[in-house]
Parts: sequence; structure tokens; C-alpha cells
Amino acid sequence: MLTTQGLTKRFGGLVAVRDASISANAGDITALIGPNGAGKTTLFATVAGFLKPDAGSVTFGGRDITGMKPHQICDLGMVRTFQIVKPFGKLSVLDNIAVGAYARFPRRQDALAHAAAIGRQVGLGGQLEKIAAGLTVAGRKRLEVARALATSPRLLLLDEVMAGLTPTEIDEIVPIIFGIRDTGVTILLIEHVMQAVMRLSDRAYVLNEGHLIAEGTPQEVVREPAVIEAYLGPGAATRAQSFASRNAS
Amino acid sequence: MLSLEILLHSVVTGLMNGAVYALVAMGLTLIFGVLHIINFAHGSLLMVAMYGVFFAVTLLGIDPYVTIPFMMALMYFAGYGLQRYVIGNAGQGRDTNILLITLGAAVVMDNLALYLWTGDTRQLQLDYMMTVVDLGFALIPVTRIIAFVAACALFVAMWLVIERTNFGRAMRAVAKEPFGARVVGIDVDRVYAQTMGIGTACLGAAAALLLPIFYVNPQIGNVFVLLAFTIVVLGSMGNIVGALVGGLLVGLVESVGGFFLGDRLGQVGIFVIFILILTFRPQGLFSARV
Amino acid sequence: MVRITTLALLLAAVPLFVQSNHLLGLFIAVLFSAYLAQSWNILGGLCGQFSFGHAAFFGVGLYSSLILQVDFGWPAPLALVSAAVAGAVTGLFVGFVSFRYGLRGSYFALVTLAFAEILRMTASVVSFTGAGSGKYLPTRLGIEHLQFSKSGYFYFILVLFVLVHLLVLAIQNSRLGARFAAIREDEEAASALGVDVFRYKMIAILISSAVAGVGGCFYGQYYFYTDPHIAFGAAVSIEMLLAPIIGGAGTLFGPIVGAVVLRVAAELGQSLTGGVPGFNLILYGIMVILIVRYMPDGLIGGLRRPWALMRRRPTATAG
Repeated sequence: MLTTQGLTKRFGGLVAVRDASISANAGDITALIGPNGAGKTTLFATVAGFLKPDAGSVTFGGRDITGMKPHQICDLGMVRTFQIVKPFGKLSVLDNIAVGAYARFPRRQDALAHAAAIGRQVGLGGQLEKIAAGLTVAGRKRLEVARALATSPRLLLLDEVMAGLTPTEIDEIVPIIFGIRDTGVTILLIEHVMQAVMRLSDRAYVLNEGHLIAEGTPQEVVREPAVIEAYLGPGAATRAQSFASRNAS
Repeated sequence: MLSLEILLHSVVTGLMNGAVYALVAMGLTLIFGVLHIINFAHGSLLMVAMYGVFFAVTLLGIDPYVTIPFMMALMYFAGYGLQRYVIGNAGQGRDTNILLITLGAAVVMDNLALYLWTGDTRQLQLDYMMTVVDLGFALIPVTRIIAFVAACALFVAMWLVIERTNFGRAMRAVAKEPFGARVVGIDVDRVYAQTMGIGTACLGAAAALLLPIFYVNPQIGNVFVLLAFTIVVLGSMGNIVGALVGGLLVGLVESVGGFFLGDRLGQVGIFVIFILILTFRPQGLFSARV
Repeated sequence: MVRITTLALLLAAVPLFVQSNHLLGLFIAVLFSAYLAQSWNILGGLCGQFSFGHAAFFGVGLYSSLILQVDFGWPAPLALVSAAVAGAVTGLFVGFVSFRYGLRGSYFALVTLAFAEILRMTASVVSFTGAGSGKYLPTRLGIEHLQFSKSGYFYFILVLFVLVHLLVLAIQNSRLGARFAAIREDEEAASALGVDVFRYKMIAILISSAVAGVGGCFYGQYYFYTDPHIAFGAAVSIEMLLAPIIGGAGTLFGPIVGAVVLRVAAELGQSLTGGVPGFNLILYGIMVILIVRYMPDGLIGGLRRPWALMRRRPTATAG
């Protein structure tokens, strides 16, 4: 569904993403993980048209979309959410979601009906008339997902929708994400919460300092020494290994 | 031959005016660079300062150039207070709110001036205003030369403050990363108010330098604020050196444009530059930096 | 819709009861202010792009309408249409220059302000605008010349007033309005959700400036005269943005409330001070600072809040 080839993004002298080639297969949940500042959000922004890549290409549904504008990419069926949620603060929850719905339904009645349905799907059914600025953190995260989902995407890019949530709230949102996947939407997500990645994703890519350092099933990548070092610091992998072998013997 | 002489004369006049414009623009660009707001009250504050100088001269009999330190101090406190008690208080950090407040403050000042001092245009009458200096290629009034030299000196002084002092460093830190600056213990709100104060103090000096070569009325602020905006955009918003170059350039265009097209169209030329810059190079000629 | 119709019907009856020309003139002034405020509101309130130089669009409409009638002998209704077109073309130009590079907030305010000022200076120099001495429209009473009696003018502006409010209502209840609001609240999020931000800002400024251009035409028909200051002066731009800000930007009725407050304040100021120049604007300036400070959503928003609290309290205790 989505493939990037050698994607590179620089900010001045800093290379935020270097030569990243990833792909998200139709119907899968693919995760992009890595420590803070690894370049995950930059990669997302570049894929979704918010940043222009310095090199490389993005192909979506067999079509080269490199350099397209975000709204054009949205029209093609790819939509992103924001890690720092961006609710339309003065609008109601329903009107927020309707902005997304209008991407597919030009008529007001249709858009509002679709928006209400989406709102119920993500568990905001009871708060549709509420002003978005009055939502809790968890509510805002859901709204972020709902708005994107209302554009009827084929590919949904979720940027840390679980960051800042309590374990209970995470338990509530996980089935929603599975539910979205089950309606046939392909998902690419950035996540910090490793436990969530293990539960959710079919495949995972690990990014560190702009480089892809591992890919595979989530169970595979967490065993990669490079991944452990990236998360815990240099030498951590060997220490962990020796610790494991000592325990085994 | 004669026209070449006049042209040369208008070039020199343009550069000399430009230095004072640059001083006005420096205040604006400094405020923009640090507070990230466009201060629509800037021109009105200049107008108020010009009246201050006018009355100091006419009522108290002080020489306009002697008022410079006093006007700078007064305007510093005016700017400081405006930021601390009006803009910072009512703006609540929202861009559009701040815009409206500075606009509101400008409207109040302009019309209060109209109310208190009427719409009459006033000019200073000083005996040395007629004195000219022969530069060899042009005869220039001594008041313009003083304005030019003083503006350049103030410019250098200001630049040193920003580049070399601790206060300047704090200011630059706040400009780049207000949150980070707060974290390392800088009183950001105070730096904002001080920056506004310094930016406004520039106007105190500019007023004293301008009045002997210009005139004052309640609308005078609009003339200069638009000039200053053009300079600021031309020299890249927030760039101090850019303000100097932009100021000289605008002074030149105004004066030489006036030479070829007549005074009023010379002014229009400035705004054509403004639109062209915004259309083709909105980041200005330089890069933004305080 | 119901509220606008009711308001329109009530207003339509005004000339039947009001005989005083002065009072009728005040009604015309309020409706005209509200009309212009609504023009600003389309761009500034609905779409969030604060223009500080709406006089540019108003003035271009005003001058083009007068020049076409006087110098080219165009019939007044055609001049009205061309005022809309002239306003719109000016708006598109300003919009293109500003929005193409994503200039927002302060930058946009600055560009619009400067643009109005350029037009003011140009109009006071070039000859086809009559330069500093301005432009007169000869009196030719009759509907085909769009010149009326006092009550005729009242109905003329009432029609414009109702039309612009129906227009705003239609925008608010459509995809266009939803997208404007999205841009106002967060441009990045809007573009992620498929909104072509540049295109919709251009649409907003197109509508807004066309409406302002028609307002300029009305001014010409009513006062028979303009000069560069009347057409492009900062006072026009300030009044056009103050009314919606005071009443509540982005709301349907805010601009009306704001226009009423401003006009009444102006009228009171006039009678209290005996017409001291500048006094109205001092009041306006103070008002805008206070409103921004204490009622950032305008009078409508400010009054709605306690009202909503009062209504919510019983349900809150019940729940």
C-alpha cells in the first residue's frame, strides 16, 4: 500500500531521516518505533506531504506521491494524526469530525451523519455536542483519530495516539484501533508504548538517529541488539545477553 | 550638470533620512525579533515622543538634542509599561489579540493627540536650522548631519548591547526559545517588557533627531510606521543589521524616487518595493535573526 | 434563517414609524456598518484571517463605481456589479501575494494595511480619481440610477444587509464554512484533513472583498462623494474590523451587535463632546482593548458564557 524509497530529510546540518525505506502492507498494522528524537514524526510528516524530502520517493497505492500537498494526499486516501493533538478548539466534537467527513461527503447532512457515526465508533458518541477544547486528554486523542478516520482513508497514520494516556485508557483505545483495521483500513503508527506495539502491530520498523536499524515482527525486533542499545544505551545488548546466559546456566 | 548635482544631493539626503528611518525600524524589528509581534503602536509612540520633544523645546526652551537621553528614558518606561501592563496582560499570548491591542493603543494615542493638540502641523523654529554645511559636492543642513551621525552612533551602541552584554544574551535566548529560557531561570516576561522598552527608547532618540528636519502632527506616526514596516520586511524581520541596510535603502528610494517622480510618488515607490518584496522574497533580503 | 427573516421584517417596518430624517439616517448608518462588518467577518471571523486594511476593497469598489458612472456613463446597477468585481479582483491580488507564502497573523494584517495605504497615496496623486479633491457623483434621483429618498436608501441598505447575512448563514451551514472554521482554528490540521488551505483562503477573501466593494458602491450612491481618505483611510478599516471583534467575530449576529454598539457610542460621544474630532476613535480604541482583555469572544460570546453556565447548573447538580 505504502512504500518509501531512500527517504531523506535534512534540517540545516541535521539529518532527521536518512535513507529510510519502509513499507506498509494492505490490511496490516505497521509500527514505527524508536527513542525520542529518532525522526519518526519527521518521517511521518514527509510521507504525508507536510515536509518536502531532500531525497527519495513515496509511493502510495502504486502512485508516486512525492512532493504532493497534504490535502492532495488526503484526497488519495492517506491521512495523518498529530502527536501534539490539534483539535479545532472552538468547534463542537461533531463539527470537528465533520471537517474530515466533508472530504468525502460534500453535502452537510451526509457529512454530519457520517461524522456522528465515526464519533460513536471511537467512543465519543456521548460527547458530540461538546466543545472540543473541553475534552480530556484521552478524549482529544480519540477526536484526533476520529477526524482522520472520517476522511475514509485507505491508510491511516497514527502519531502516538497512546502517549499520555493511563493504562486503562490505553486498554480502551486498543480495541478501537483493531476495529478500524478490521474495517479494511491499513494502519501505520508511531508508538512509544512498547507494550501497545507488541499487542497491536503485525510488523515493526525501528528508527534511531534517522536510520532504520531493524525491521520484522515486533517480537523479532525487540531481540535485536541494535534496538536494545538504541533504547538503553551502548553496551546494553551485551550486558543483557550475558545476564540472560548467566541466568540460563 | 546641474541635475547631476541635484541627484547627488538627493542621494545624500536619502541616506541621511534613511539612517533615522533605520533607527525607527530597529525598534520595530527588535520587538518583532524577540516578542514575535508586530507592534502597530510603534508609529503612534514615535508621534507621542515627537510631541514630547516639541513641548520640551517650545515650553522649556531645551535644545532638542539635549532631550535625547531624557526622551529615551521616558520612552523606555512607556514601552516597558505598555508591554507589562497592557499587551502582556490582555494579549494572553494570542497573536490576534496582541495585534488588536497594539492597534487599539495606536488608535487611542493618535486620537488623543488630535483631541489634545489639534490636527495642526507644528514645526520647530531654531536659529541653527538654517545653517548648512558644504560637503564639497552638496550643501547639507547641519540638522541632517547631526541626525545621521547620531542615528549611526545609536545604532552601533544598540548593536553592542545586543551582541556583547548579558542582557543582550538573555534577549537572544528568549527570542529563540522562550520556553527554554524560562526553564534556565530567565524572567521571560521581564525580558519582553525590557525589549519593548528598548525598542521604544529608539523612538525617543529618533523623535529628537527627526523633529528639527521634519514636523509633527497627530498622523505623523502613520507615515513612519509604514516606512518602518517596509524597512523591517526588506531587511528581514528581526534582523538588526538588515534594518540599517533597509533603512538606508528606503531613504534612498524615497529621495531619489522623489527626484524623478515628485515627492508623493516617491513615497508610493516605497510601498511598491514593499509589495514586491512580499511577493517575491517574503523572508526579506537577509535571514531573520536578532 | 428564522431570526434573520424576523429581524428583516421588523426593520422593514421602521420607515413607517420613524419620520425623523436624523433617526432614519442613524438606522442607515447602523445597517451600513453591520453590512461592512459582515464583509470583514467573512474573512476575519469565519476564516480567521485578520485584515487591517479592508478599506482597500471598500475604496476600490467606491472609486470604480463613481468613475464608471461619471466618466464612462455606465448605468448605476452595472457600476454596482463592477464594484463587486473590482473589490474581488483587489482581494484576490492581496490574497495571492499574502497567502501563497503562507503569511499569516501579523504578516497578513501588515500587508493589508500597507496595501490600503498604497491605494490611498496613489488615489491622492493620480488624476483619474480626482486626486486630492476627490470625486463627485451628480444627483439623478431614480431607481435606475440607484438614488433614492431617505427611506429608499433605507430599503436599499436593508436589502444588502439581509443578503449578506443570508450569505454568511449559508456559508456557516455548508462545507465551505466548516473548512473556513478549520483553517481559522488550525491550518495544519485542516490541510491534513483534505482542506486546500490556500484555495479556501482565496475563496474567503474573494467573497469578503466583493461584499466590501458593493459596500463602497452604496457609500457613493448615498453620499455622492469620496476622496482618498474616505475611501482608503485607516478609520474605515478600523471600523470594519472593530464591529465584529466587539460583537463576536465568526458569529452571525456579532457584527450587528458590534455595529449597534459602535454607532451608539459614536452618537453619544458626538452629543456629549459637541463633536470633538477624534473622540469616537478614542472610545473605539479603549473598547477594543477592554473587549480583547475581558471578552475575547466578543459581546455575544461574553454574554453567552454566563447564560450557558446558568442553564447548565441544574443539569450538573442533577447528574
